[in-house]
Amino acid sequence: MSLPIYAGWGERLWYYTFRAICALIFLFLIIPIIVVIPLSFNVEPYFSFTSGMLSFDPDAYSLRWYKDIFTNGMKNPEATTGWWADAWNNSQWLRSMRNSFFIGFCATIISTSIGTLAAVGLARSEMPWKNQIMALLISPMIVPLVITAAGAFKAFSMLNLAYTFTGIILAHAVLGTPFVIITVTATLVGFDQSLVRAAQSMGATPLRTFFKVQMPLIMPGVISGALFAFITSFDEVVVVIQMAAAEQRTIPRQMFSGIREQISPTILAVATILVLISIALLATLEMIRRRSEKLRGLSPS
Amino acid sequence: MSDTAGNAPVLAADGTPLKKALDAALFRNRLRAFLLVSPLLLFLLITFIIPIGMFLLSGFHDPVFSKIMPKTTQVLGEWDSTSEPTEAMYEALVADLVVARKEKTIGRAATRVNRELSGTRSLFTGTARKAAKLEAPFKEAMIGVKKNWADPEVWKAMKVSSRAWTLSYLANALDYKQLADGSFEAQPESRQIHVPLLLKTLWISLQVTIYCLLLGYPIAYLMSNLPARSSNLLMILVLLPFWTSILVRTTAWIAMLQSQGVLNDLFVFFGITDDGSRYSLIYNKLGTLIAMTHILLPFMVLPLYSVMRGIPPSYVRAAKSMGATNWTTFWRIYAPQTVPGIGAGAILVFIVAIGYYITPALVGGQDGQMISNVIAFHMKSSLNWSLAAALGGVLLLVVMTLYWVYDRIVGIDNMKLG
Repeated sequence: MSLPIYAGWGERLWYYTFRAICALIFLFLIIPIIVVIPLSFNVEPYFSFTSGMLSFDPDAYSLRWYKDIFTNGMKNPEATTGWWADAWNNSQWLRSMRNSFFIGFCATIISTSIGTLAAVGLARSEMPWKNQIMALLISPMIVPLVITAAGAFKAFSMLNLAYTFTGIILAHAVLGTPFVIITVTATLVGFDQSLVRAAQSMGATPLRTFFKVQMPLIMPGVISGALFAFITSFDEVVVVIQMAAAEQRTIPRQMFSGIREQISPTILAVATILVLISIALLATLEMIRRRSEKLRGLSPS
Repeated sequence: MSDTAGNAPVLAADGTPLKKALDAALFRNRLRAFLLVSPLLLFLLITFIIPIGMFLLSGFHDPVFSKIMPKTTQVLGEWDSTSEPTEAMYEALVADLVVARKEKTIGRAATRVNRELSGTRSLFTGTARKAAKLEAPFKEAMIGVKKNWADPEVWKAMKVSSRAWTLSYLANALDYKQLADGSFEAQPESRQIHVPLLLKTLWISLQVTIYCLLLGYPIAYLMSNLPARSSNLLMILVLLPFWTSILVRTTAWIAMLQSQGVLNDLFVFFGITDDGSRYSLIYNKLGTLIAMTHILLPFMVLPLYSVMRGIPPSYVRAAKSMGATNWTTFWRIYAPQTVPGIGAGAILVFIVAIGYYITPALVGGQDGQMISNVIAFHMKSSLNWSLAAALGGVLLLVVMTLYWVYDRIVGIDNMKLG
């Protein structure tokens, strides 16, 4: 979309105005995420840039909020021995980080395994009531989270699963499945079913066909679905608010109450770490996408 | 082929008619496909569909009063709700109050009636304390304790509460009131809160959708017309927010918009406002709108982008070669081809926005609250699960209707992520 040489001044003006507008929109998208990073190094307990920070005074920056991630909740932050063990066991943020990873990991395994299986079934042309079932399977993504959380709480308390890790993991697994379905079916769209028939004609069992032929080809979709499922659980807070006791607090839950109760730049430090985690996830996803395009013989874009 | 083949059925290798064998094979294949999906279906049924059904059902079923006050419930069932309450009714009520006080359940029953007629809670708990000492005739005795027991409105409220299966919560969620004879009446204007709340939620969601479209369309257009290398780079700027935690983005907006925040500092620095009169950009509806637009913008950009990528440039070239101006080309040729993307993005943003909870709760202040926040309030604070379920039912109905529209227009299998 480059400017043709014969463009008049009006066209030129519009060309540059349009680009400027787009630049502003991209700034709107990215600035808030970038802004938290320098603010998290603030030496003062404020959410705003101090004059020292703006004049790049080294004393205006510190790592105290990163240290606070470890020490907040510790029994004895001044101790010299056993500091790491103390932090690992008692720091509120570290504990919620552990919980978040644990819940996210378990939920991802559940939703990826049964979600992939279902997507393989859905991609078959013989699948009965395909559209209706698809609509049903995607619905956890659509139903407002407050309703999902309320239902899960109501049903799981009858099974004594409220305020347990199991309950939260199951609820998060439900929320993750639509993403797995969507990404895996997307990779199956271009899948050549004759490969399956070829494998079967050469005597492979259905199980062997699945793992040796189908699985490697849909792997990129499975992995990106798993990443989506993980980030869904990792980022989810409404269900956790409803279902978790203090013991099962996750990072977003901790941030939620942090924002509501005692707003401190520690939240910004945590936010910075989370931004780095999402950058890592995004990079992984992009790598998978390129690899998948190569595998399926599409021209890389 | 002899001429007998025309009538005799074609046989498969094992001797069964081919048609039958094919049907059987097809059935096996369908079953196999269905079996692959069944674990997830079962999982969803147990952890998602049945739980939500139970939750919604609690909006129509509240047996608290009838369980705690069985005798009263029985006499109320026989009462025609217009005649004077009889001595027998008072007697049943006293008997129930004595038991309920002993079992410490009176508070729950009183809360239930209080929802129908506010101010009656203390009437029940206060009278229950003295109920054991009351003697016949109970009618005079009770009116002696609290004058309000003579009021037929209290009895009517009890009659409404005594129905275990009830429409009174749904009526409440729609700003109606169920009367003792089962009919409905609109709430007085000052007490109509739920329908305006729903309308406000729809209005906020609509505004967010429009802003997302206004911001998303230009950048999707730009990205789809750039060479792949630069558009992929710009795509990262869209996907990074998409992958960043909602809590992080909400926190970031607090840092940006609060009165001592980055934006206000800039305004003061450039002399747009002075230090004393900083703008309040957050903890109100404006804050909700800005933060939600930011969070939902990728949901608009991604479908728009994927549709715009598929539009062949030859149409635009053809229009221009025939002398159309840039504007005519865009408006008459290009824009109509992006309508599917607009539809997909807009409905998706609207659906997600309508159920939003976190962002309004954190940056919405008083006037930025949406229906999900009120549902959560009734579950966590006022502990009125039945009203929460009734409101949730209304919300779910709206969302599911939109979902159906989405399926009709876009098709669920066309949903794409990134």
